[in-house]
This record gives sequence, structure tokens and C-alpha cells, in this order.
Amino acid sequence: MKFIVSTILIILFSFLSCLYFPWWSVGIVAFFISIIIKQGHLASFICGFISLFLLWGFLSFWISLQNGNILAHRVSLLLFKTDSPFLLIFITALIGAMVAGFAALTGSFVRKEKTGTGF
Amino acid sequence: MKIVSLIVSGIITIILVLLFNTKMVLPVPLGKLLSPQKGLWQNAEPVNENYSARLSFPQLQGKVKVYFDERLVPHVFADNNNDAYFVQGYLHAKFRLWQMEFQTRAAAGRLSEIIGPKALDYDRDKRRLGMVYAAENSLKDIENDPETLAECDNYTAGVNAYIEGLTESTLPVEYKLLGYQPEKWTNLKTALFLKYMALELAGYEDDFEKTNAKSVFSSADFDKIYPVVMDSLDPIVPKGTVFPPPAVKLKVPDSADSLYYDHKDSTTIDEQKPDPDNGSNNWAVNGTKTKSGYPILCNDPHLGLNLPSIWYEMQISTPTYNVYGATFPGAPAVIIGFNDSCAFGFTNAQRDVRDYYEIKFKDKSRSEYWFDSSWVPSTFRIEDIKIKGQPDYLDTVVYTNIGPVMYDKKYNGGRNTNQKDYAVRWKAHDASNELKMFTLLDKANNYNDYLKAIKYLHTPGQNCIFASKNGDIAIWDQGEFPAKWYRQGDFVMPGTDSSYLWQGMIPQNENPHLVNPERGFVSSANQMPADTSYPYYLGGNFIPYRAIEIDKRLATMNDITPEDMMKLQTSNYNIFGKWALPVLIRNMEVDKLSPQEKKYFDILKNWNCRNDNDSKGATLFVVTWDSLETVIWKDEFLKSGLELPWPSESTLLDDINKYPHFKFFDNINTANVETLPDDVTAAFKMAAAVIRQADDNGKMDWAKYKDTRVEHLARLDAFSRLHLPIGGGTNTINAAKEQHGPSWRMVVSLTPETEAYGVYPGGESGNPGSKYYDDFVDEWAAGKYFRLWMMKASEVNDKRVKWTMTFN
Repeated sequence: MKFIVSTILIILFSFLSCLYFPWWSVGIVAFFISIIIKQGHLASFICGFISLFLLWGFLSFWISLQNGNILAHRVSLLLFKTDSPFLLIFITALIGAMVAGFAALTGSFVRKEKTGTGF
Repeated sequence: MKIVSLIVSGIITIILVLLFNTKMVLPVPLGKLLSPQKGLWQNAEPVNENYSARLSFPQLQGKVKVYFDERLVPHVFADNNNDAYFVQGYLHAKFRLWQMEFQTRAAAGRLSEIIGPKALDYDRDKRRLGMVYAAENSLKDIENDPETLAECDNYTAGVNAYIEGLTESTLPVEYKLLGYQPEKWTNLKTALFLKYMALELAGYEDDFEKTNAKSVFSSADFDKIYPVVMDSLDPIVPKGTVFPPPAVKLKVPDSADSLYYDHKDSTTIDEQKPDPDNGSNNWAVNGTKTKSGYPILCNDPHLGLNLPSIWYEMQISTPTYNVYGATFPGAPAVIIGFNDSCAFGFTNAQRDVRDYYEIKFKDKSRSEYWFDSSWVPSTFRIEDIKIKGQPDYLDTVVYTNIGPVMYDKKYNGGRNTNQKDYAVRWKAHDASNELKMFTLLDKANNYNDYLKAIKYLHTPGQNCIFASKNGDIAIWDQGEFPAKWYRQGDFVMPGTDSSYLWQGMIPQNENPHLVNPERGFVSSANQMPADTSYPYYLGGNFIPYRAIEIDKRLATMNDITPEDMMKLQTSNYNIFGKWALPVLIRNMEVDKLSPQEKKYFDILKNWNCRNDNDSKGATLFVVTWDSLETVIWKDEFLKSGLELPWPSESTLLDDINKYPHFKFFDNINTANVETLPDDVTAAFKMAAAVIRQADDNGKMDWAKYKDTRVEHLARLDAFSRLHLPIGGGTNTINAAKEQHGPSWRMVVSLTPETEAYGVYPGGESGNPGSKYYDDFVDEWAAGKYFRLWMMKASEVNDKRVKWTMTFN
């Protein structure tokens, strides 16, 4: 339950913060949610990772779908020398996921530091 | 332990952010670029994008409605002219901002700011040529003309209105990739854009190379390798035309024989230059030759093939005028197009208006130079070149009364290593207001209006073609051209003596022209405008063949329809091939060929002289002729150790036909004396080796061998269109070369209800994430056209109108 709530909150606040702040604000969101909602280290990491993987993966997939993958074809070729919209979407999702995952993990360590308890 | 975990995890997070937000490790900030809400995903425009909008700007005096058709071509209906220019600026910026900015930065020598030190030499070249100085001079002329000034002011305001509304996410994708921001537009930027075109079209010269050649070859040989007139010339103004005596009486300097014609001096070169084939075709026929009984005008300017395209198609309609055609993002007005009474277009005049003078400074300070027997003070212009990631580079350019000293000890542009000082006299430095010509042409009703308009064209000189519904056709080889004596400016000139300066400008009414000729057509394709009976020296870089073919075809065509003109404009017939092929066949020593080479020779022999997509003969012909040029010229040229101008195709063919024992046939590196058959056979063997390789890779078909592409301005292959299936090439009317060719094809039939067709290799949107980015490219390559819709105000409910933008 905590896992699902965390995931939903990270997705929601990440989306909102990216409207106004730089992209890496997703890390700050994941960090604080992870402090506020107590979970194990691994669970926190997975939670942050999955949240952004889903959010950025879905957003880029949806935009690309509307676009008929025109830009994704060109940009994947430009950046990765491979014509693969799927790869571009995957890497987009992965970047968000890694930053949020490690930020959430860091948050979970902060919480353990503060409370001094763990499970 | 926990502290350690916290620190490690925190550091990993920070490293990830830095990794994806900077260019410290990765070549681009991948996280910033790919973040879906602000990065380049935001440039992925939905395929069913709705372009309709209601916009409001205090700068507007009235109301403007823009109707976009199914090709995203805007039809602008404005209450007044100023508002129309505002909206034109806004639309150019909305669809083409990055390109406008990039081209004007390139013109101003400011690319190092965005791409770093590798652009420094490019920038210094532009600064030292005086591009900004030239634009500033033009801007003064624009500011002295209230009508043009208002036009520019409103255009600039429109561009800036769009820039002000940009956000991080709506920034064009190239800014995100290269990591910089657009600047505010200014009238100077518009002037710079026009100088960018002037450099492209009137910046070509080979003075240093020719000076080298003069030092190597005897004058008899020189005239055979670099003749002033081609034997096959079919000039714009037919041979035999009688010209009035010249108003400018030229005096060849007394010292010309010793200091100029016979002076042997040389330099070495490796320089950036405009494409010498920045050519074009245009022609107009009158009603006696058309099926409808009304004139038809055609134009296809040949320029570098780029995405986003140099052209943006639009219609502008106000209470005083109504015009449709190709516009330049970066400048107001329609450049090539038609209105309700007439049509107009251009080809490049190819005249040499950029000359070099050797300057003699008193001392190292360069503050005084020797001119007409006295020391004259020079002025200095300090060019501050900003470089991305590095301190500024300061370049001091000395200005003389001739022009800026482009090459000196501190900068040789890869050109003169003999450490001398050379000032450049370029016609584009002079103040002029070319925009006025386009504005007046857009509004022209008849021949007299056209004549008034083209008087504003000084540089780049153009063959301005005209046809009107009342039946007139005309062509003027127009511009303000220096009146030159024989071969003046072909070589570097002494800069110490005013007798070598340009002595005057050819009066406009003495420019070659042809109005309503009896033959029923006028045309130009970058050939010489007149033969040697013209009273001034016509130095320049002329190309004879396309013109010969066009004139030959037009002379025999009757009952012409627009479809016939499209076929002519996209014709792949190679008239040079027709004339040169017999030379190859006649001189081939077939018994010396291998079986494989014989097989290729059979294909060449049976070539139909058409550069069609799948023609193997065209590939064989082009490669063989190139090899023949190498075999004949290269031995002598290499021996000179200097950079020399490569003789043109027409020169070699003319020499072969005229001189059976031409001394250059001999290979100076062998003991034998080679003859033409030896050379042709050797060339064919060289060519066959190249073709064999292409053949093995399945690339022997002409289109595959030539491999035409439309290249993104920043040379990003992923944003370019590569390997296009299009024939033609050099010396065919369909002049589609590797990355150069017909940049806008237009056919206008001036019937009471105008019937016009056009196409360009691009699309209306400059955004690589839009389906309108390159949607005309395939039609262009296939030689197809779009019907151009001169929309009427009453047609707002027409089903071709897809979106409406309202400005008030």
C-alpha cells in the first residue's frame, strides 16, 4: 500500500514540478517522498525508479504516438545512430528512473539516519 | 555505515544529475534534452496539429487573417501593408526562426559563439570581407527610404513578437541541441541576410588562382585554358545585337602591360568559396507561343539544397496589392512570384564584382598606405569574435579607400602565403536597397513598374525576368556593375594607383536586355549576357550549356501549356553530353580495352544523352569526362605547385575541337608524346575502375551514383533527406547536383485567371518534428508540382482552408 501511494505521489509531484522547475526536480520529489513515506531501501529505490520510468515512458510514448514517431525516428538516429523510436522512449524513461531511483534511495537513508530504526 | 550508504547514494544521484544535465561527459545534456515536458519531445508536433489561433498584438493597426491551406501555406489577408509585414515576420519566426538566426549569424561571422573555435576561420573570413560593414551600409540606405524602413520595422516587430512568446519548451529543437538562445531580431539582421545572399550569388571570384595561372602559362596558353568567351555561347541578348556606344569611357592603365597583364606573381590557396554553379534557369514566352494566347513565365533558381529550405511559400494580400510566391525567411516581401497582373523571377548574373588589390603599407603599424604618390591614413575596425567556451578573439581589420584588407600577415584564409596585404573591393560593400525592388515588384502592374523596381537592384546582379497579362515579356541583366576594361579584375591588381580602380558603373540603361523580341521568348541560364560586341568587359563565371538547350527547345515549341513547361524545367537531357560523347567514341582505342571495359564502352556508346535516374550511360559519361580532364590538365597543373582554377568543361571541349594537336594532350611525365586517343583511352580505363566499384555496390545507376541530398543547415544527417531518386545534374536543365540544384521550381501561366505551379525541396515548417518539415521533397525529386492557389478573400469557406489565424 505504501509502495503504491509513494509511486502515485512521486508521479504526480514529478509531473507538476517539471512544469515549473528543471527536469532534475524529479530527484528532489523522489527524495522527499521517500523521506516522508517510510519504506525499505530496496523498496524506496524501486518505487522511485518505477515512478519515473512509468511517467517519462508514458509521456514520451504518448507524445511520439501523436507525432507518428517523426521526431523520434530522426532524434534516435542523431543521438544513437540507430533509427529506433522505441530506444529513444526507453532511454528517456531510464534517465528519469535512474535519477529518481537513486534520489529515493538517498531519501530512505536520510530517514533511517533520523529515526535510527530500520527493518 | 548508514552514513556511508547515505553519502554514496547521494553522490550517485548528484553524479547522475550532472551527467544528464551537462556536456561534461556526454556530448549533449541528455536528461535536459529528453525530459518530456520541456526537452525536445515538446517539438514532436502532433500530426493533426491545430494551427488555428487568435492572437493579439498592440503593434497592429488593423486586423489580419491568415488562412493555412492543406500544405500549410499561409494566405495572409491584412487591412494594411504594415500589418502584413508584421505578420510575415511573425510567420517566418514561427516556422523558421532557427534558420533565420543561424544564417544571419553566419553572415555576421558569429558562428564561433554557438559552435566554438572550429568556426573561427569561417568567422574571420566574413569579418575581413566586411560583411557587417556591407550590411551597415545597406541599412543606411534602407533607413533613408521611409517606405522600406516601415516595412523592415514592422517585419522586425513581427519576428520579435514571436520570440517574446517563446518558452523553454517551445524553443526550436536546434537551439535545444546546440544549447543557445535566440536573440532579438533587428533591421540589421535583415540587411545581413541580404548580404548572405549577396555573398552566395556575387561573392565568387578566382583572382588569386588566375594570378597564379598567369604566372605559370604563356599568355597564348592562358587564353586557351581560360577563354573569355565560349565557342558555343548563346547569349541572353542574341548575337548580332547592336549596342549603343558606352557612356563610361574606360582608360586601360598605362602601366597595365608591365604591372598587370604580364606581371608574374603567385600565391597559394585553400579557401572557402561560394558554389560557382549558383546558377539558375528562367524564361518567359509570349502569347504567340502558348496555347492560351497568354504569356507563361518559368523560373528555377539553383542554390544549395538545404533543410529548412531557403524558401518559404506564402500569399500576401492587402488593399493595395496581392502577391504569391517564394519568400526568404529573414526578409520581408515576396522574392520570386506573381501578382494579379504579372510574374517575375531571377537567375544569377555571374558577373565578377569582387576584386583584390595589393596594398603597400608604410610600416608595421599599417596606419598609412601608398596611394597615388602619397601616404594615405588607413582606418581600423576591431572585430570582437566571441567563442563558445573560450576568451574572445580580437581581429583588427585595416580599411583603405579601396576596401578592407582581407588578407595580410595575420590572416591568409588559406590563401596568400607570401605575407602581402590585399584589400578587397566588393560591390556589395556599396549602399543599396534591394528590398525596395522586391516590394515594388510585388506591387507591379506592368512593364514600366517592373523597370522602375529593378533599378533598385545593385548587388547581387541578376537576370530579372518579367511577363505580364497584357502580353509583355522582358529580361534585364540587371545590377550596378563596374565598367571594366579587358580582363580587369581577373587578376590581383596593384593597389597603389587609382588608375586600376573601377572607373565607373555601367549606366542601368546600358545593361543587356531584351524586351518583347520577335522570337517570342526571353531566357537566361547563367550564360554570358552578350557576346564581345558589348562595349564593356563581361568578366565572370559563365556556364553555356543549359541556355543553349533552353533556347533551342523554346524556339521550336508552340501551343505551349504549363505542363509542357514543367517537362522542360525537369528535362534530364544533357546537351553537353550530346556534343562531347562523339569525341570519346571517336578517340577510344577499343582494342586496348579489357572485356569488362568493352562492356562499359558499349553502354557509353549507346547512351541516349539523358541523365535519367536509372541511366548507366550517364554515370559512365560523367566519370569518363572527369577523368579526361584529369588526364589532360593534371600533369601540368601539379607541376606548377600552385592552386590554379580548374578549366571549365566547355573550354576543354572547345580546345579539343579547335586544336587537334593541343599541347596539353601530352603527359609531361612520360617520355612519349601522348595524343588525344591515348588520353581518352587512359581516362576511360580510370573511369572504368571507379565505375566497376560503383557497379559492385549496386550504385551504377546515375541517381544512385550522384546521390543527391537535401542537407540540414547544421549538417545533421538525421535531419537531412539523403539518397534522393532524382536525375539531371550539371549541364541539364534539371540541374540537381549532389547538394545543389533547383531550389524553387515555378511555372506561371498569365491567363486572366492565373494558373501557377510550384514546388521546392523542403516543407513549410522548419521543425524536424513536424510532418510539414520535408513533405515537398519527394514530389520535388519526382518532378511533380503543386497547383499554387492565389486565394481570394471570398474563398474563406473553401475546403482547402484548414486553419485560420487571426491577428488583431
